[in-house]
Amino acid sequence: MSTSQAIGSEKAIKVMSQSTQRNNAIYARRRLVNGFNMLAATLAMGFGLFWLFWILWTLLQHGLSGLSADVFTQITPPPGSAGGLANAIAGSLQMTFFGILFGTPIGILAGVYLAEYGERGWLAPATRFINDILLSAPSIVIGLFVYEVYVVSVGHFSGWAGSMALALLVIPVVVRTTENMLRLVPNSLREAAIALGAPQWKVIMYVTLRAAKAGVITGILLAVARISGETAPLLFTALNNQFWSNMNQPMANLPIVIFQFAMSPYEDWHALAWAGALLITFSVLTLNILARWFASKNNSTH
Amino acid sequence: MTTNAIKLQVKNLNFYYGKFHALKNINLDIPAGQVTAFIGPSGCGKSTLLRTFNRMFELYPGMSAEGEILLDSQNLLAKSVDVNMLRAKVGMVFQKPTPFPMSIYDNITFGVKLYESLSKAEMDDRVEWALRKAALWNEVKDKLKQSGNSLSGGQQQRLCIARAVATRPEVLLLDEPTSALDPISTGHIEELIHELKQDYTIAIVTHNMQQAARVSDYTAYMYLGELVEFGETDGIFTAPKRKETEDYITGKFG
Repeated sequence: MSTSQAIGSEKAIKVMSQSTQRNNAIYARRRLVNGFNMLAATLAMGFGLFWLFWILWTLLQHGLSGLSADVFTQITPPPGSAGGLANAIAGSLQMTFFGILFGTPIGILAGVYLAEYGERGWLAPATRFINDILLSAPSIVIGLFVYEVYVVSVGHFSGWAGSMALALLVIPVVVRTTENMLRLVPNSLREAAIALGAPQWKVIMYVTLRAAKAGVITGILLAVARISGETAPLLFTALNNQFWSNMNQPMANLPIVIFQFAMSPYEDWHALAWAGALLITFSVLTLNILARWFASKNNSTH
Repeated sequence: MTTNAIKLQVKNLNFYYGKFHALKNINLDIPAGQVTAFIGPSGCGKSTLLRTFNRMFELYPGMSAEGEILLDSQNLLAKSVDVNMLRAKVGMVFQKPTPFPMSIYDNITFGVKLYESLSKAEMDDRVEWALRKAALWNEVKDKLKQSGNSLSGGQQQRLCIARAVATRPEVLLLDEPTSALDPISTGHIEELIHELKQDYTIAIVTHNMQQAARVSDYTAYMYLGELVEFGETDGIFTAPKRKETEDYITGKFG
């Protein structure tokens, strides 16, 4: 009996060492595959970052030299004379502000409807579908739409028309983020508020929207980032202006001034176009960083 | 213990999730000022039953309840009953602590403000009273302005109890209130249940049979949507009348 046991244990050792060898082979293969995938992923990331940094580098190289106090204080000059981008910067700020002002409340309300009231029926899925189309619609189509509906009927380009086009771009972004952020709020929180006898609008106003606040603000910041660089929708709506203007007149704005100046043959216009591009890029970058910061603050407190 | 008035009377209650028959002909009297525990394996319908008492099930489509549940002899399932007023009368605490994203103080006042308008001083008193009831006052009295999320899990759950108590409901429903808590916090909350039953009728769903034995006066054992046995807790745990109940509480089944 003791010999058979000994034989048994020898066998066991043999089997074990075999399986260890097999495990080593599997392990080596896994390490190889892991190394390869890691390398491929790192290279792909490097490839992406390479272009990003090249763009930023080129912008800094050309833009910094054109950047001066005049850029913020002087209006767009005729070719050959000194000037800045003040009217374009102000125009962009105004139209972005009004675009956000009009678009955000509509977007938040629609997002609330989709997330909180749209459980039953066909309206919510239909709205969500249309919103997705709007979200991916080429922005020039939005510009043409506002041109057709508003600009043609009042007979002139204007800052209001530009704001409208931008608002139409803001809405789908805000709808989407608001809905998604509200959906992340656990149902148990809603139930807890409802169980106290709170009507649904109070639950939404004081509990769920508040819980999703940081996410919704992030969405708005991303919408600002998206519209502050848009050229196409302004081409048919705000157009451009060499001078200061009010919202009822054609209005200067950075993207179109950059386009106009960059396509021109004049050196000093080129320099201003670079400065404008630098401004837009870095304000969008700053907004994105702000949005991230808000989002991370959200995660740490809830 | 036997001469208590009936607070909630369940009569021929049937409940459906779509086509699934989740509660089968439940008849049950919940006495006032006592703790009634609901035990049974997962999916037996005990939480579902609890959620019919404040009509929480109506939040979701495809659910329906048939029969009667009388709260002080008024059928709360009737269409004419204002469901928000009902929920103000029948408070509920859930399995997971759910502090609202606001300060500790505002967590308490949120429910109170819905149906009462109190002065600042009265509101301060109410907040202190509710937090004392939930045995939380001493731990939070210096940080009432802090977020409810800054508390520990056990404190958050006591905050939720304080929030439910603050509106002064008549019935308090507890749906596995300690299943996400450690033993010390659980002990706190069990003591609390003892305290609270002087003013409220309490119904508690629990997976923990020792807990049911510790905190309740009456126990209902449910299985597969049916009420198998209901009676005084001492009787259920020492001399169950039905074989199924005995198998469950002795751990042979479940």
